[in-house]
Amino acid sequence: MSGVPALEVTGAGLRYGRTWALRGCFASVPQGRVAALVGPNGAGKSSLMRLAVGLRRADEGEVRVFGQPPRGANLPRVAFVAQDKPLYPELTVAETIRAGAGLNPRFDVQGARRRLDDLGVPRRKRIRQLSGGQRAQVAITLAVAKRADLVVLDEPLANLDPLARHEVMEGLMSAVAERGLTVLLSSHVVAELAEVCDHLILVSRGRVQVAGDIEELVSAHRLLVGPSGTTPAGSYDVIGRSDTERQTTLLARVRGPVHDPRWTTRELSLEDMVLGYLRAPEAVLAPRPVAL
Amino acid sequence: MGATLIEFSLDKRSGVATYMQIVQQVEQAMRLGRLTPGDRLPTAAEVVGRLAINPNTVLRAYRELESRGLVEPRPGLGTFVRRSLARPRDPVLEQRLAAWVREARAAGLGPDDIRALVESALAGGLAGEATA
Repeated sequence: MSGVPALEVTGAGLRYGRTWALRGCFASVPQGRVAALVGPNGAGKSSLMRLAVGLRRADEGEVRVFGQPPRGANLPRVAFVAQDKPLYPELTVAETIRAGAGLNPRFDVQGARRRLDDLGVPRRKRIRQLSGGQRAQVAITLAVAKRADLVVLDEPLANLDPLARHEVMEGLMSAVAERGLTVLLSSHVVAELAEVCDHLILVSRGRVQVAGDIEELVSAHRLLVGPSGTTPAGSYDVIGRSDTERQTTLLARVRGPVHDPRWTTRELSLEDMVLGYLRAPEAVLAPRPVAL
Repeated sequence: MGATLIEFSLDKRSGVATYMQIVQQVEQAMRLGRLTPGDRLPTAAEVVGRLAINPNTVLRAYRELESRGLVEPRPGLGTFVRRSLARPRDPVLEQRLAAWVREARAAGLGPDDIRALVESALAGGLAGEATA
């Protein structure tokens, strides 16, 4: 694996007619990562995924997948599992695998069969007879069997019961471990991503608010609580603040120690950090390239 | 690849990082003799296929175990237990402890009293070792 990012988004924007769905977005996902694309509905998650898989071309800036635009000969390296998991309901699972093989030159038929057998998805059944979890497993299996290196999933866990959610994630994580895949998956349920994802792209109002390694991000953020009307000494960016008559609470990205005896600092969970950003949609702290 | 020897389980409320929970469970299994030198740890794919966690978390746990000298990766084969943490059984010590517990019970001590005594003996012994 080389150092080229699996996905690199540089100042990218996307327009539907005269309305910008995304503007000036920056994000970079290294190879082998499992990246969470998080944000409120309508924030631009689906638009960013469309850019990543080459369904749309950026109207400004640039999107690269393994160093190349997601077009032409580079396209087989990317697979997209849309939220409604579009499969032909009247085809059997076995026929669906054959159709996948017909459409994708590098398709791994044996691997797909083995994977679905391991997952207990009956190959003779028609797609419409499968449970939601089994349909998700078939869709993910097709993406993996395509031998894509970047798999993009739009809300893979939506409309699944808790057991199916767990099983779908187990299947996806096994594929990551076996194939060294890079995954970009969108969700608005942050709690269930904490064990799975190691990279975060947070989108709000058509902008990437913050992006990077989850552990680094979480350890760089603090909740600062102190007397109202004061600001703590130190080097930090304020993401959000709330004030009462007596005290001020700041969500801050710290760049060094905050030394102020009147202020207490607290570490944050991933969920708290994400919520803090979502409450302050105007705060944008995405990493930008130095030369721009 | 051989049978899976141990399975990990996660306590999401423990506050202990997931990779550290895996480290601790391997160490515990080694202490109890459930994992002995030459045993293969489950592959990252096997672990994440049951726990639905990021494979990098498993690899990080195995790197930590490697840096503690407990396991070693063999390329293409897996990660193997390098040494034993289990103590060989000592029948004489065990008999003397059993006899002592019988005496303590006969003297009217309950399980909590006995545990408290053992704990304080341990604390004293450890303090003695620390100054040595």
